[in-house]
Amino acid sequence: MSSGPPDQIVPLNEANVVVGPDAPAEITVRPRSLIRIVLLENRAAMIGTIILVITTLIAIFAGVLAPHSPTEQIGPVYAPPSSKWWLGLDDGGVDMLSQMIYGARISMIVGFAGAAVAMIIGGGVGIISGYFGGRTDIALMRVTDYFLVIPDVPLMIVFAAVFGRSLLNIIIIIGIIYWTSTARLIRAQVKSVRERVYVKRAQSLGAGHNRLIWKHVMPQVVPLLVANTVLTIATAIFAETYIAFLGLSDPTKSSWGRLIQNSLTGGAIFHNAWWAVVPPGLAVTVVILACTMIGQALEDALNPRLKVGHLSVRRFRVRPFSARLDTR
Amino acid sequence: MRGADYVIKRSVFALVTVWVAVTLNFILFRLLPGNSVSGLRCQACTPQFKEALIKEYGLDKSKWQQYVTYLGNLLHGDLGYSQYNNIPVWDAIKEPILNTLPMVLTGTLISVVLGVFCGILAAWRRGTLTADKVNTWTALAFYAAPTQWLGILVIFYLAANLGLPVAGIRSPDLGILSTPSTWEVVSDRARHLILPALTLGIGLYGEYAIVVRSSMLETLGEDYVLTARAKGLANWEIIWKHGLRNAMLPLVTLLALSVGYIVAGAIVVEDVFSYPGIGLATIDAIDHRDYAVLQGIFLVLTIAVIFSNFVADLLYFKLDPRVTT
Repeated sequence: MSSGPPDQIVPLNEANVVVGPDAPAEITVRPRSLIRIVLLENRAAMIGTIILVITTLIAIFAGVLAPHSPTEQIGPVYAPPSSKWWLGLDDGGVDMLSQMIYGARISMIVGFAGAAVAMIIGGGVGIISGYFGGRTDIALMRVTDYFLVIPDVPLMIVFAAVFGRSLLNIIIIIGIIYWTSTARLIRAQVKSVRERVYVKRAQSLGAGHNRLIWKHVMPQVVPLLVANTVLTIATAIFAETYIAFLGLSDPTKSSWGRLIQNSLTGGAIFHNAWWAVVPPGLAVTVVILACTMIGQALEDALNPRLKVGHLSVRRFRVRPFSARLDTR
Repeated sequence: MRGADYVIKRSVFALVTVWVAVTLNFILFRLLPGNSVSGLRCQACTPQFKEALIKEYGLDKSKWQQYVTYLGNLLHGDLGYSQYNNIPVWDAIKEPILNTLPMVLTGTLISVVLGVFCGILAAWRRGTLTADKVNTWTALAFYAAPTQWLGILVIFYLAANLGLPVAGIRSPDLGILSTPSTWEVVSDRARHLILPALTLGIGLYGEYAIVVRSSMLETLGEDYVLTARAKGLANWEIIWKHGLRNAMLPLVTLLALSVGYIVAGAIVVEDVFSYPGIGLATIDAIDHRDYAVLQGIFLVLTIAVIFSNFVADLLYFKLDPRVTT
């Protein structure tokens, strides 16, 4: 992005007012290429991407990869790892490795889908709020502020207890709890894009809201939204382990969170069965760290002002910081 | 003048947030299919009895009237009655809250001490492999790990070695043979508290470590630190008097703001260690489908978090005069 005078003084000569199919390509950072550059240049982000891709592939091809059934007993209770079952068996004599592989599927579904819901709500609110400003902005940001303060886990418990235990409910619950910081971030970005000269110029040339939002605002917001969504995936997976641990998840859909719960309730500790205790939590930790590495690298590259994002793995729900970001 | 304005603004915000939470609470639980009476299954639960109960709970009135009654009761500190054993909700959650507080405070203390220490170490030795990179990534990994899993690992790998109890809040044999002295009661309590608090501490210190590290890095680059060095001050003096004092600002506010995380961590940690605090009360309420208690817990926790956010806002304002909003 160029800095300095050219951005402020743009002579409106003929070359500048070409509209329609012959309009010159905009000199903006292409979102896709930037993301690619960051992922290739930043070693941490690259490792994170590799981990996330591998986990996603495992989740997709769980049926092919799992050596045994994730529900049927295939040997003695808490049999230690051996050549027949690499990760041992759990309290029901079920293969741990297969459960981990199928658990990846549920955890990743919750992660991606929950983050997607949060992205749609948060992105929508952020764009509308930042683009239209004024009263809409004030009203939406008030709502966001209130949601930001209400503690997430107790609210999640109440939601889950009220709406019942199903995978879809958990995805929706996670989505409607974690959209707030996305909304704030996107709003700040949209506000600054809105003030840029080329947007003002397009507007004065008669571009409508639709065109402005989709053609000019969106391209500058989408990369940040992607970065933020990667971080939300981590939050969603983490939140799912809490819900599962409190017994509020779908009992038929075994996720990593449920495996953690199972290791406690199934008495793995007393059988000294580390193979039932360590893997699920380790998998969650690794995936969350991977998401953090990617998301943080992207956010830093896209918006250096947001370095505060480093503050937390789960979320930077640190209001004074984000409030400060807005006013700068 | 500006200060008074700010305090009023934040107080109004806090109060309105509490109201939003209360209303949300009311709406959510009214969304449940049926009401708290229709789900009753018992020998004596004839339709007449149920009708009487509906009258008693005021469920025959309009939603709006119910809402007004609910708000009125809350203002009097009346959280309603437990649907499981019919005792007042406040009585059902008072003791768990008192049990949780010392555990959570100890845990927070552990996390802050650990976080400040690791953060300073990482900033002081920035760029080195063990003191900075390994240290920081370990902190992040602990922070990314599900807290309940850390608790299970603590039981699995630490508890037996340390010889500490892993469940409950009081030894069952305490006071059977003789009346225990105050010291015995207190030390027994402390022994039961240490592992849950430790779990909470290592689960949360990562956040503080990262914040202390980054703000220390910023501070250590300042001219006055260079001056302090030139004066020949000892390292610990530079860190303590010049570095940490400024690095404290974000830490203090972050601490007040992370009460939400601490609450969340406490809920699952208590479940792991069967520690009879607010988290275990939550789980019992879920198991018994005791929505009145669940509602009460949600309210108490929400108000605690809103209050601490309010305190954080004020602290931030007091410590950093540049804050304008």
